Amino acid sequence: MAAPQPINVEDLNIYYGDFLAVEGVTVQIRPRSVTALIGPSGCGKSTFLRTLNRMHEVIPGAYAEGKVEIDGQDIYDQRVDPVNVRRRVGMVFQKANPFPTMSIRDNVLAGVKLNNRRISKSAADDLAENALRGANLWNEVKDRLDKPGMGLSGGQQQRLCIARTIAVKPDVVLMDEPCSALDPISTLAIEDLIHELKEEYTIVIVTHNMQQASRVSDRTGFFNIAGTGKPGHLIEIDDTEKMFTNPENSQTEDYISGRFG
Amino acid sequence: MSSPTTAKAPTMRSADERRLPWYHLIYTGLAGLVVAIAVLAIVDALSVASAILLGFVLHLLFGWAYSLLREGPRWAMDRLVTLLIIGAFAIAMFPLVSLLWEVVSRGMTRVLAAKPTPFAFWTTDMSGIIGGADAGGVFHAIAGTLLITLWASIISIPVGLFTAIFLVEYADQGWKRTLGRGVTFLVDVMTGIPSIVAGLFGLALFIAFMPDQSVRMGIMGAVALSLLMIPTVVRNSEEMLRLVPMDLREASYALGVPKWLTIVKVVLRTAIAGLTTGVTLAIARVIGETAPLLLTVGMVTSINWNMFDGRMATLPTFINQQYRNGNANCMNETVTNPINQEVYACSVTTNIDRAWAAAFTLIVIVMVLNIVARLISHYFSPKLSR
Amino acid sequence: MSTTDVAPDAPPSAPDPWQNSRRRFGDSLFSYLSIGSGLLIFVTLAAVAIFLTSESMPAILASQEFSGTADFSLVDTTLPLVFGTVLAAAIALIIAIPIAVGIALFISHFAPRRLAAGLGYMIDLLAAVPSVVYGLWGGIWLVPKLEPLYVFLNTYLGWIPFFGGDPTAPMRNLASASVVLAVMVLPIITAVSREVFLQTPRLQEEAALALGATRWETIRTVVLPFGRGGVVAASMLGLGRALGETMAVLMILAPGATFSLHILEVGRHQSIAANIASKQAEAAGVDMSLLIFTGLVLFVLTFIINAIARWIVARSGPKA
Repeated sequence: MAAPQPINVEDLNIYYGDFLAVEGVTVQIRPRSVTALIGPSGCGKSTFLRTLNRMHEVIPGAYAEGKVEIDGQDIYDQRVDPVNVRRRVGMVFQKANPFPTMSIRDNVLAGVKLNNRRISKSAADDLAENALRGANLWNEVKDRLDKPGMGLSGGQQQRLCIARTIAVKPDVVLMDEPCSALDPISTLAIEDLIHELKEEYTIVIVTHNMQQASRVSDRTGFFNIAGTGKPGHLIEIDDTEKMFTNPENSQTEDYISGRFG
Repeated sequence: MSSPTTAKAPTMRSADERRLPWYHLIYTGLAGLVVAIAVLAIVDALSVASAILLGFVLHLLFGWAYSLLREGPRWAMDRLVTLLIIGAFAIAMFPLVSLLWEVVSRGMTRVLAAKPTPFAFWTTDMSGIIGGADAGGVFHAIAGTLLITLWASIISIPVGLFTAIFLVEYADQGWKRTLGRGVTFLVDVMTGIPSIVAGLFGLALFIAFMPDQSVRMGIMGAVALSLLMIPTVVRNSEEMLRLVPMDLREASYALGVPKWLTIVKVVLRTAIAGLTTGVTLAIARVIGETAPLLLTVGMVTSINWNMFDGRMATLPTFINQQYRNGNANCMNETVTNPINQEVYACSVTTNIDRAWAAAFTLIVIVMVLNIVARLISHYFSPKLSR
Repeated sequence: MSTTDVAPDAPPSAPDPWQNSRRRFGDSLFSYLSIGSGLLIFVTLAAVAIFLTSESMPAILASQEFSGTADFSLVDTTLPLVFGTVLAAAIALIIAIPIAVGIALFISHFAPRRLAAGLGYMIDLLAAVPSVVYGLWGGIWLVPKLEPLYVFLNTYLGWIPFFGGDPTAPMRNLASASVVLAVMVLPIITAVSREVFLQTPRLQEEAALALGATRWETIRTVVLPFGRGGVVAASMLGLGRALGETMAVLMILAPGATFSLHILEVGRHQSIAANIASKQAEAAGVDMSLLIFTGLVLFVLTFIINAIARWIVARSGPKA
């Protein structure tokens, strides 16, 4: 496998219909590391995250302009199929959303099964086990793989969703406030998992929780808006340690020290 | 928090408006009934119906007057309205109960007492059955009803389902949104099309292209019924598809699943119980339609399996036909078919009996469909939220 | 350039992992099918309008109004039918609306909550009964039962035009047909009204009760004003159904073609739908064309009524 390349974002403008939600983001996201995005509500950090696998355009009227390069390919190129982008850039959502009609095993294999891809039973078993092990869920569910995914606890459901995402073998995993609906113990489990996952995946995580950002991430980006109705901007991105101790920008400092947000 | 009004209200009520327990209604009710019976007995018009009717009216009066004396005018009014509303409900229950009772008692009797064997009514047809003969059955009509409804479903379900998919999954922006609004409006219009107009459409459509103006065939009926069925399917399905959380679609897209597979394997799969229920209810609705079939498929006495050639019998039109035939003439105890010399017992009421029996059959089919629909939605719906 | 880094699960047939036209085929097929079905709805309704119009043209052109010579007139044929249709539907609504509102109130505000769902289901059951069964029940069972009532009304209230005239048994009159129509539209009006009543803002109701209002006063001051639009819309929907109903009228009413107000008299009225159903078997050529013309009139009539209903619903829409 070739050496992983960074994600290059250049001059990205993100719109909801006529409304410019995020303006002029230029950033390089390092591979095999965790990048956290923080900022006040409505600053566009989740919106930005969703443009990295073209999930943004699922919302009616939403689109993005600019360049996002993954592995040297601009994913907003005319010829690129968003479906293939999403296979290489997986996503975990704020609220755990396992498929209610599927068992735990089928949920993990959803990426394969929903795509009508044929796979032998043993390969499927291996894939499910590896993905569940990868998500630190194997020991908890190995005896009830055929039970519905909705029967798990909230934290388990979220790890199931992570297992489902890594079963597709993406290069990048995007996480949109994955712990905001979870209790502290489940949150800890997921944070541990993120540490392990960065060995293999490039991870971008949006979080409201600055402690979490400082705990899990290598680099942290700060988004902010000038006011309601104004577009969000990426104010600053740097190594997490530097961001939380000695940020360059005064807005970042104000936010991190809890003066607003 | 002790404003003068709240402090004063309880005193006011206990002084002027003592509330009576509900069982005082029974006393006034009984009084009304007794007086009604007495009055009716005097004018010699006593019957159960008249006693209940007059008793209810008198109860309104007594209950109101009694409450007025003991509780004051405001509560008397309340009592009067409560009684009126319960009365409205009783009035509505009356036709339902009476209708079901008549259909079951008269229809089931005929089905069970069918000649020559019980349930022969469901396995024989009307060929060779002459006037007054206490025989014959609806096998051909059941087959016709099921065939025509099947074809109507074959036309309506895909169109209705895809229209619903269009409205929910595709009509979200630009010209598709405009088109979606138009479709929603037209589906509303279609919902209001009188069934006889649907029948006329089926007829006009085919006689416009056929040399024979008197052409009638099963497929014409199926087309006419589709016109009534499509809007129901669209509306029920649309409602069900909208219940599928956006979360699940996003989860699927994020796994790199294309839109159409997301629709088939996530949206439809999640909504399948609701969709089946909706479709079953739509079928139950059109299976009893009569007017369009009168115009488009006519009536025959024996079975016709061919949807594209010749008239067909159906249960609703069979009921109508037998009802129109009215009472038969019975000169003798028996009647004889002059062609095959078959001898039947003669019954004056045979046509009406057959109408009730066919109505019973139809109601059974409709109710089974309704119950199946409810069972499906009850047992097979995935639990969407915990 | 990125082909060196093919993901392990990428389909081998695709040279560039970012693009894939095979997937797009399923997507566009599905999209075309959906849009096609939507368009089919347009085509279908256009076809209804076109075929009804084109097939009624022979009658329109041959009529007295247009040719000046024919022995039949569109107006003279259609107007009594329109009159009968509207009169029957109107009487049905006059009977059904108060009862339906009463039932809706009973289910939404009077019945115990656990009972309410079952009662609602009972009413929905009424809606599931096929119209031909209503016709059978009405024609055979109900008509004789109503006779004493009609005799009473005619004898003592005959000075009111509606109850005047000379009713004779069997009472296959407009009133009987209207009673059955009322039973048929009852579930529709009840269902919509019930929904609206249940949407009454809880806080307002509780506020009224907390101020010491009786249940009736709460209903009169809070629930009914809130639900008025919904009840009107529900009634219009019921009217649309009553106007277009065929079987109940066909199986009960002894037809006639007058503008008589005597709803107890037999053989005075006929509705458009029942007229089409009873005459279609023998009709051909211009006669059939004339029937289709009356069907077109009925279509337009119900369309207008339903449009008004929708307009009211949209206007009084979801405020809650």
